Amino acid sequence: MNGIHDMGGMHGFGPVEREDNEPVFHHQWEGRAFAMRVVTPVPIPGGARHNIETMEPLHYLQSSYYEKWLHARVKGLIDSGVLTADELKDRETLYRDRPNTPMPRLEDPERVQTVLANLRTHRSPRRDVDAQPQFDIGDPVRVRNLHPPGHTRLPRYVRGKRGVVVRFYGFQDVQDAQLPGVAAEPQAVYAVQLAARELWGDGAEANSTVCIDMWESYLEPLEEQGT
Amino acid sequence: MSGTHHDHAGSGADMALRTQALESLLVEKGLITTDVIDAVVRTYEQDVGPLNGAKVVARAWTDPAYKQRLLADGTAAVAELGFSGAQGADIVVLENTPNVHNVVVCTLCSCYPWPVLGLPPAWYKSYAYRSRLVREPRTVLREFGLDLPESIEVRVWDSNSDIRYMVLPERPAGTAQLGEDELVPLVTRDAMIGTAVVSAGGMPSAPVES
Repeated sequence: MNGIHDMGGMHGFGPVEREDNEPVFHHQWEGRAFAMRVVTPVPIPGGARHNIETMEPLHYLQSSYYEKWLHARVKGLIDSGVLTADELKDRETLYRDRPNTPMPRLEDPERVQTVLANLRTHRSPRRDVDAQPQFDIGDPVRVRNLHPPGHTRLPRYVRGKRGVVVRFYGFQDVQDAQLPGVAAEPQAVYAVQLAARELWGDGAEANSTVCIDMWESYLEPLEEQGT
Repeated sequence: MSGTHHDHAGSGADMALRTQALESLLVEKGLITTDVIDAVVRTYEQDVGPLNGAKVVARAWTDPAYKQRLLADGTAAVAELGFSGAQGADIVVLENTPNVHNVVVCTLCSCYPWPVLGLPPAWYKSYAYRSRLVREPRTVLREFGLDLPESIEVRVWDSNSDIRYMVLPERPAGTAQLGEDELVPLVTRDAMIGTAVVSAGGMPSAPVES
């Protein structure tokens, strides 16, 4: 989707502000919201990222980073039927009106070990498929001019632009939103390098390039002539 | 610091209240336990951070065979040092050279190689960094104190897939006598993102011709 989250190339956000000796979490709630998002065993329908990307643009811009995470986590739990908005609201009222109400506690050291072990493991995104990639390293390509309304990993600033395949990352699951009931086959993923001038025109900075990961369906072959 | 995005949230008090309400409900429903939440917070506050990546870099600087493995298969090579897991299922390491300086951004959200760098700093997730780095990387790097000559290509990597990128900075001149353990503290988080280079004094400076 052409959402507010797709920020590459935008003007107007000012200088990059940095903080010396920045803590991992600035507030206690951020750490707990982060952890609940990571370990609560209820998938977020539509995916966490899409639930953030579909926030109303002004809400998105005004929300802090972990506020967006909390939004996606809460929405996912409500959409899954695990809790209701009223339930959450009532509980907020309780803790607002009676701040000394004790928190319920549950402890399970075995579960702690399982969760920490899970956080240290991962499943490679590369899939074994019986297929050949369409492009070779060094092939000139053009990024397709696609505007899907659902989640996509194809940012606006590269659409329609010309580049060169510089790396091949095997076949990976497609992350873009699919039509209901349609299972997408894994696709070849490449790093494609684009010259700054191709992206930003004559005002581009000297001697700089952008490399971006492209699923094969984002790309079309580009004939050498006329490039 | 005022003006950063974590500060001008709608209301931090509301978020704290919502988080508390959510945690209490999820605990009551048995979906999470209090000690799991404590342990995950502690893990990312104390255990998983840029020191991991610094150890990888120092090993690569002192062990050519390891460096070769790291550039060929980053995920496997960082696992040799015990680092793996969430947001690190496919780590690709980008080598800085005298001719190419790599720097990483995620324009669409905040993708970052947790097992080697920990959770990203606020500036990495800021709208300013996400919007500007791909369009004016040299200007952004100058704001970070890194003024690269035009003879060096600036190569920006937009982390939009499940690949997680880490930069292997150049080993600074004047460190030939240092061993792996002495090199580790020189390697900064920003150097592994690509917004800084490593200097022998550990502070950002202009790149050293080698």
